[in-house]
Amino acid sequence: MKIKTKEKVAGWLLASPWILGFLFFTAGPMLYSLFLSFTNYDLFNSPEWIGFANYNRIFTGDYLVPQALKVTFIFTLTSVPLNLILGLLIALLLNQKIKMLSLFRTVYYLPSVIPYIATLFMWMLVFNPAFGLFNSVLKLVNINGPNWLGDPDWALPSLVIISLWGVGRSMLVYLAGLQGVPTELYESAKIDGANAWQSFWKITIPMISPVIFFNLIMGIITSLQAFNTAYIMTQGGPVNSTYFFMLHIFYNAFEDYNMGYSSALAWILFMITFIFTLIVFKSIGSKIYYGEEG
Amino acid sequence: MEPITKSQKKMILIKKTIIYTLLILGGIIIMLPFVWMISTSLKQPNQIFTFPIEWIPDPIVWGNFVEALTVRPFARYAMNTFFISTFTVFGQVLSSSIVAYSFARLKWPGRNKLFLVIIATMMLPKSMTLVPKFVIFSHLGWVNTFLPLIVPQFFGFPFFIFLMRQFFMTFPKSMDEAAKIDGCGILGIYWRIILPLSKPVLGIVAIQAFTNSWNDFINPLIYLNSNKLWTLTLGLRAFQQQFTVDWNLLMAASLVVMLPVVILFFFAQKYFIQGIVFTGVKG
Repeated sequence: MKIKTKEKVAGWLLASPWILGFLFFTAGPMLYSLFLSFTNYDLFNSPEWIGFANYNRIFTGDYLVPQALKVTFIFTLTSVPLNLILGLLIALLLNQKIKMLSLFRTVYYLPSVIPYIATLFMWMLVFNPAFGLFNSVLKLVNINGPNWLGDPDWALPSLVIISLWGVGRSMLVYLAGLQGVPTELYESAKIDGANAWQSFWKITIPMISPVIFFNLIMGIITSLQAFNTAYIMTQGGPVNSTYFFMLHIFYNAFEDYNMGYSSALAWILFMITFIFTLIVFKSIGSKIYYGEEG
Repeated sequence: MEPITKSQKKMILIKKTIIYTLLILGGIIIMLPFVWMISTSLKQPNQIFTFPIEWIPDPIVWGNFVEALTVRPFARYAMNTFFISTFTVFGQVLSSSIVAYSFARLKWPGRNKLFLVIIATMMLPKSMTLVPKFVIFSHLGWVNTFLPLIVPQFFGFPFFIFLMRQFFMTFPKSMDEAAKIDGCGILGIYWRIILPLSKPVLGIVAIQAFTNSWNDFINPLIYLNSNKLWTLTLGLRAFQQQFTVDWNLLMAASLVVMLPVVILFFFAQKYFIQGIVFTGVKG
């Protein structure tokens, strides 16, 4: 009895760093943010309760909100599927008993390791309309490349291209998933007369579905929060064509000191992320294959 | 196995050729911007704008690196970044492993429910707590100090807790019993038995904690105002804003910021890759 009590106390004590951290740095701030979202607060005067005014403004009075939502959604709906498919294709190629696997893996994964902010300056140079890498290459085949980051039509696609450079991360996860598929499955499918296309859809995809699911969920959550790329490279421009929702939260909080309004925006983004994730869970969560034991 | 016929051999050869061609092509596309960046960092200003591209600069201007690193106090930035990263690694490894030990090896009421909370917070968007945390830390007078970047790291990081818990759970329970008979207390088991057996997962966590902290931008951006406290990522951005046309110097500075992580990657590639694999397959 005594030993069991000791273990209970010790368990709580050793878990307490996280429990306290959760209260002080997650749950507490979230509740505080909910309170702030109903106030007008500039960090210097005390918060003034204004009811639903911030939320009213988000839904009806702020022309930047629909723009920010549009940009964030377009980015998520292009960058996430492209990364998902490209990552899987590369992983499938690497899974074909090839030589120099570790070299290829390193090359494809390296961009995800390099400090992200530093790579953005590289991309600014790559996209430079006058002498950047892209337009220099296009010039070789006599194409006048676009103004990339300076063109409202091309700025967002440029950011999608940058996100594809980090495809190595999802590729690695896929590769691990693919290597876990037992080869006997393919052999017996072959005996039953299945071709490569059929075994891909009937064996590979179901067997690695947990990994696809994981990449999809994490991809959605991170791209809805996209911030660094736009903040450094375009500041949301030109003509708000890369004005991500996170930029709106950031500028309201840390340039205009509208802490209340910014908190309300953060809650809206949180709800959107939650709904997106829920839709994915509900629509494909039940089709995921988690192995025999369930 | 049936013997492979000639036409089958030919098919395999064609297939291999296509696979290698695609992989090499993709690899070149991935590495090209990076190679070009290195090339630009070694050029004279007037060589940056030449068409067609000169891949190997003539002359090679190593001095760019010296100039880039001295026009702004990069040594200072590096020291600040290193300081924050060291505390982050130490804090996150220590606190997350203690918490993970409690969740994996000790039995206490509420344990499983709280573990679900850990899983849920792993998926919580960071934007959610950005503003309220800033308000709280500014009331504490912590803005423009390293404290908001360091103190929270000592309270466990959900993803690392999850990772280490999964790892600690693979050890047999009899191991703890044997240690108890030998007179090991609960902390003794953690420190003398579990930790020494967990070097792979500790390596993974330490490396991820280090790179996350080294690459962090938004937190230093909102908390560190004065130049002497800046980290490398903030320094780089200021550099870019100040010298918008000195692309060779900007590339040189960016490369230097990348270097420690790239070196770490080549020496500890196993840990980097295992970390990602753990994340995806066991998560």
